Amino acid sequence: MTATTTMDATPISHEKYEERAFGFWIYLMSDAIIFALLFATYVVMLGNTAGGPTGKELFSLERAAGETALLLLSSATFGFAAVALANADKSRSLLWLLVTVALGAGFLFLEFREFRGMIAQGAGPDRSGFLSAFFTLVGTHGVHVSIGILGIFVIIGQVLIKGLTTPVVSRLARLGLFWHFLDIIWVAIFSVVYLPGLF
Amino acid sequence: MEIFGRLTIDSLPFYSAIAASGAAVTMLGALSVMALITYFGAWRLVLFDWVSSLDHKKIGIMYIMIALVMLLRGFIDAAMMRSQQAIAYNNDGYLPPGHFDQIFTSHGTIMIFFMAMPFLSGLINLIMPQQIGARDVAFPFMNSVNLWLTAAGAGLVLISLVIGQFSTAGWTGYPPYSGAEYNPGVGVDYWLWAVLISGVGSTMSGINFLVTIIKCRAPGMYLFRMPLFTWTVFVTSILMIFAFPALTVACGMLALDRTFGMHFFTNAMGGNMMNYINLFWLWGHPEVYILILPAFGVFSEVVATFSQKRLFGYISLVLATVAIGLLSFTVWLHHFFTMGSSANVNAFFGIMTTIIAVPTGVKVFDWLLTMYRGRIIFKPPMLFTIGFLVTFVIGGLSGVLLAMPPVDYLLHNTTFLIAHFHNMIIPGVLFGYLAGYMFWFPKAFGFKLNEKWGAWSFWCWIIGFYIAFMPLYVLGLMGMPRRMEHYDVAAWQMHLIIAAVGAFIIFLGIVCLGVQLALSIRDRQQALDLTGDPWNGRSLEWATSSPPAPYNFAVLPKVRSVDAFWDMKQRGVAYHQPDRYVDLVLPKNSFIGAFIGGAGFVFGFAMVWYMWWLAVLCLAAIALAVIVRASDDDTDYVMLASDVKEIEDARCAELAKAPRNEMADDPGFAGEPVLEASA
Repeated sequence: MTATTTMDATPISHEKYEERAFGFWIYLMSDAIIFALLFATYVVMLGNTAGGPTGKELFSLERAAGETALLLLSSATFGFAAVALANADKSRSLLWLLVTVALGAGFLFLEFREFRGMIAQGAGPDRSGFLSAFFTLVGTHGVHVSIGILGIFVIIGQVLIKGLTTPVVSRLARLGLFWHFLDIIWVAIFSVVYLPGLF
Repeated sequence: MEIFGRLTIDSLPFYSAIAASGAAVTMLGALSVMALITYFGAWRLVLFDWVSSLDHKKIGIMYIMIALVMLLRGFIDAAMMRSQQAIAYNNDGYLPPGHFDQIFTSHGTIMIFFMAMPFLSGLINLIMPQQIGARDVAFPFMNSVNLWLTAAGAGLVLISLVIGQFSTAGWTGYPPYSGAEYNPGVGVDYWLWAVLISGVGSTMSGINFLVTIIKCRAPGMYLFRMPLFTWTVFVTSILMIFAFPALTVACGMLALDRTFGMHFFTNAMGGNMMNYINLFWLWGHPEVYILILPAFGVFSEVVATFSQKRLFGYISLVLATVAIGLLSFTVWLHHFFTMGSSANVNAFFGIMTTIIAVPTGVKVFDWLLTMYRGRIIFKPPMLFTIGFLVTFVIGGLSGVLLAMPPVDYLLHNTTFLIAHFHNMIIPGVLFGYLAGYMFWFPKAFGFKLNEKWGAWSFWCWIIGFYIAFMPLYVLGLMGMPRRMEHYDVAAWQMHLIIAAVGAFIIFLGIVCLGVQLALSIRDRQQALDLTGDPWNGRSLEWATSSPPAPYNFAVLPKVRSVDAFWDMKQRGVAYHQPDRYVDLVLPKNSFIGAFIGGAGFVFGFAMVWYMWWLAVLCLAAIALAVIVRASDDDTDYVMLASDVKEIEDARCAELAKAPRNEMADDPGFAGEPVLEASA
């Protein structure tokens, strides 16, 4: 073997970041298939309540609207963070990231309360096929949001420690894709799960 | 005892002598590997050069090692089934039903998920980046994670032999039988977590390969100049990305049913088991093409190389590959015609299934016409290719028969179906991978495999195949269901004995593979591949040295046509040394991939045995490892131009020693193009 030298910071070419962004888009498409199949399963299972409560009895428009507002707003604040980043305004971008985390946590809190309330009134995921599908679809989205929040914390840490370096900025861009993707999924959940349940 | 979940001392396999000996063989195998590594003092080499490697070639070799080990394990299962059925007429044979059921389940699971999938990922890793003139895959670290997730899944299947039991629900795991109500033990859970964990790795592999092909091609390597193997990998990657989520969803829901008492697929409480079967085959049918398309790619490379001709109908082969990829998503229902969809639905899927035979037929004609007027050299890879062509067409015909719903109603779940899909998968997939293994072995290790034993292996495989599976067609027509532990129809036994003889001949084929490898390693000095181009090859992987330097290409090749390397040889620029070299950026080794795989393995084990604290701990460890890696901005190293020059100068010295073409001794060698080694 030949001797190799390690340098402190190896320059990564611009193409590398492009590859990563492209790969992340492909991952999102693959994830979208998972959600598509969960949606399809949910729709198939709509009538399979096994004598248990239906969506109409369980869902509340106020709560769903609140969750939607929080998540949509968080997408906007993530956008503000990205804009601040483009202006190399470190503190402002950190501020908006923190606001995003707060909104995302608020969303998770509402969702958690909804789940807990349903389980308390005997409408947990083991009550019927319909509720299994509901909890899995909405819960999978919730898990994604939790991972997203963890990701934002990691990126906040990186911005604080490393500053706005190229790798950090590129990671933040991909995290943004993820966050907005979850917003789109939520819009579909709102339209497919909560809205029809009301009529 | 909450700490161990439902794991108790009774989970050890002392309930049956056969199960206990299986466990003993598994343990002994693991121990002897460790003993060998210790004996050769190779732990440092194994850990620092291989386990932590992010080099796509080494990762590819490790994938293929997993595949060969699992091939052996899966074959032992097959031999046990064949021998049980050969003797179990009007008696119980030597395997109790529960054990027999575990064996056919693990045979299918291993052969698809842990033999074929790793073999496929291994060949792709080893060759595809070189074929497009790239220095590595797009995401070397993710590559390592995927390898170790696959190994984790394989490890779960293996350890089920030692602790607990494996699933009895068949490799497809149909509910409600695979649900908690009818199958409360750990077997199905082992199956589920092995499949789920390795499935995540397969999805990410698809992403990695696709991005590599789209973004990392050498200058001039336009899509329609890519070698056919790379084209098939391109389509297979897309199928992996879009099909594997369906497997994840189906198995994930079944796991939720079993673990948390949900009702996706249960009999009562609003479950819908048909949904599982749709989801499973929504992955399962594309999976067939995920496996077979790269094998088609191997055949395309082999047939052109050993016919010493340009591939006939390159464009039509590409279009046929893409067409198969699209159509593969439109046929899944033919796996369950009998489940009572309406006649029109069945008719639609029957028609789509017969249509998919058309592009496959196009390919067969293209390969035949490549051989037509070629000067064929009958090396082992070419033997496997010709054996494939003849045998695969027979399997295709039985497939078109089964595609007709009325016929399928008669033959559903009989051994006719077993004969059919083995008739596709053994010649189509396995022969393809074995051809690729023998074709590209010199590229990976720098010496050729023994050709005599390769040919012996081929003849055992193909003769054994016919003797083992033709009787199953007959048995299927006689009405024998699949998965019979014993039976009371006298007329079946003779055919089952013949089939067992066939399995024994296949066993000889596997022995020949082992002998071939051992002899080739012993005699490697006589079969060294000094040029890097042992077969007078046509595509860019033959432009690198054997084994290739860590960076594959010191200077990225400029591609001017299909068969890029052939073209370079004809123009006399194949081995041109540049005036100066540049520094190259390469990925540093990392243990994090192996760590994530190890944590994935323990996570699966913990989920199987309901050790919740351990499962949470493993997830946290994986999250932490990902965060550590994602915060590391110093993942690459620079190989200095002077080091590159040193390696390349040594290579040129070797080339000067062996300037003539190694194929020139073979009768029928066409003699072109001229090799020009720079002295």
